[in-house]
Amino acid sequence: MDSLTPKRLVELQTHANDVRQGIVRSLLAAGSGHSAGSLDMADVFTALYFHVLRHDPANPEWPERDRLLLSCGHIAPVRYSAMAYAGYFPVEELLTLRRFGTRLQGHPERVSLPGLETTSGPLGEGLAQGTGMALAAKMDGKDGRVYVVTSDAEHQCGLHFEAMMTAPKFKLDNLTCIVDRNFIQIDGSTEDVMPLEPLADKYRAFNWDVHECDGNDISAFIETEARARRIAGKPHVIIAHTVPGKGVSFMEGDYLWHGKPPKADEAAAALRELTAGREALTAHV
Amino acid sequence: MSSTQSPPAPAAMHLVDYTNPEAVKQVPTRNGFGEGLIEAGRRDPAVIAICADLAESTRMEPFKNAFPDRYIEIGVAEQMLVAMAAGLAAAGKIPFIASYAMFNPGRSWEQVRTTMALNQTNVKIAGAHAGVSVGPDGATHQAIEDIAIMRVIPKMTVVVPCDAVQTKKATLAVAAAWGPTYLRFGRAESAVVTTDETPFELGVAQTLRAGTDVAIVACGILVYDALLAAEELAKDGIAARVVNNHTIRPMDEAAIVAAARDCGAVVTVEEHQVHGGMGSRVAEILAARHPVPIEFIGVHDRFGQSGSPHELIAEYAMDASSIAAAARRAVQRKAALRGSLL
Repeated sequence: MDSLTPKRLVELQTHANDVRQGIVRSLLAAGSGHSAGSLDMADVFTALYFHVLRHDPANPEWPERDRLLLSCGHIAPVRYSAMAYAGYFPVEELLTLRRFGTRLQGHPERVSLPGLETTSGPLGEGLAQGTGMALAAKMDGKDGRVYVVTSDAEHQCGLHFEAMMTAPKFKLDNLTCIVDRNFIQIDGSTEDVMPLEPLADKYRAFNWDVHECDGNDISAFIETEARARRIAGKPHVIIAHTVPGKGVSFMEGDYLWHGKPPKADEAAAALRELTAGREALTAHV
Repeated sequence: MSSTQSPPAPAAMHLVDYTNPEAVKQVPTRNGFGEGLIEAGRRDPAVIAICADLAESTRMEPFKNAFPDRYIEIGVAEQMLVAMAAGLAAAGKIPFIASYAMFNPGRSWEQVRTTMALNQTNVKIAGAHAGVSVGPDGATHQAIEDIAIMRVIPKMTVVVPCDAVQTKKATLAVAAAWGPTYLRFGRAESAVVTTDETPFELGVAQTLRAGTDVAIVACGILVYDALLAAEELAKDGIAARVVNNHTIRPMDEAAIVAAARDCGAVVTVEEHQVHGGMGSRVAEILAARHPVPIEFIGVHDRFGQSGSPHELIAEYAMDASSIAAAARRAVQRKAALRGSLL
């Protein structure tokens, strides 16, 4: 189950392409929002929603489900898009992002949309809540797993370090923290704003099971996750190295796309590029 | 609840004879929390306790001993305390989280707002060592802003019981009622004026003493001082109604309006800044529904300092004689107002 067949991989890559198109369309419709991190996490969210997670879009409150928390709520577009394509709600609803009356709030709200495990936006809070959920599962003898997606820059928050210290105490091997290591934040490079390196060593020092992979390589991420979940007695962290803006050439690697949406012509160019990429993928099959 | 409903008769409150110092036991309100928590744990296996390195002083220790599998120690990490509890609550637990009120919810306000309240999780904050009466530790450890910062958060229940016996009942009540809640209590030995028979209901203020000249609306350990002030006023021929306004949110508006209507003047009493606290809420209600002169007992735009609880309550003019003096001012203002209207 750990390695994917070539056909399955293309299938997942095609889903990721759809998710990216959903991100671009929703950000254009909203007129505001965060492009770079949303796009760079499309592969991870596709892997999670279409392969890794035990979940049921028709029954979001299924008690046996795995839970996925998005700690860095500002990349909500990738979560919404992945959820839509996974079947939680109609894809057309993505165009309501950030609009008055929408279920797709600018930052995700648990009470607004079934399938969200928590409200997020204020940074540094996801791992703490995931620690609570994972501990509750241990207390109740449930085997559902808890995944928390975090940005790299939110490792600058004190509360995240409180959670890094707490989770190993309770041996939460049902908890996985996924770090979007794209090296950017609003004011520039993470290493200029407030250095995070050596990030993996920080987790090791706090007694985590530590993994790194290319976060834009779906099969690498899936293999890494499968390897991590076999390690007992420790919480897991997967530092997923990603390229900000991945999939849209003129956004890739540029921190200025962290917090802004594409304009109409930029979105059109992005969608042309993604459409061509999707056609190339399906031609492979 | 209609605004014309009369409050329950004080006789139904089963109070101890608070005028007789021999009859009044001195017990910290935190003891009532400890007793209530363990009883809540017996009644519902979903109740858990999370502690930030203060098990003994918050009185969580008996729960830890009785239910070790439901007790979680996370160390000195108050933001974690709230956010982790929100996660546990999202998975079906009823977490009580305890630390000093200055840090819980003082240090963790945004986590309280986002992960606990906006997220609609069933977390119960237990804020210990509230007020200046914590004493010698000084201003850094004296939470006198906590009611204000909690009562502005939508849908947050805020409860400040008056003595140890009532704190136990309040703890059981908030465990049984769904919703994000702040329960405040203190460290100092303080008078026990209610009994096991005294009724308690969240959101229902209690008229502990009848009167129609002035209404003293109090919460927390100063309810006892309010009762003593009413005794003092009685000697001057002033009949003061004493209302134990233990639930600050949702506040019993009917009882507040009835007190203002029946008495024509109000004194609010709380061990908290006068800005933004229980008295401010009373003023908001009365400004909208039945304006009368109001005097505010509490800390007036200062920080606390080291001292004994008794010294500090006196220094910040929250003792019985200060309350009585405020009541006389309120009565005079009422009379002046009526004179000006004649």
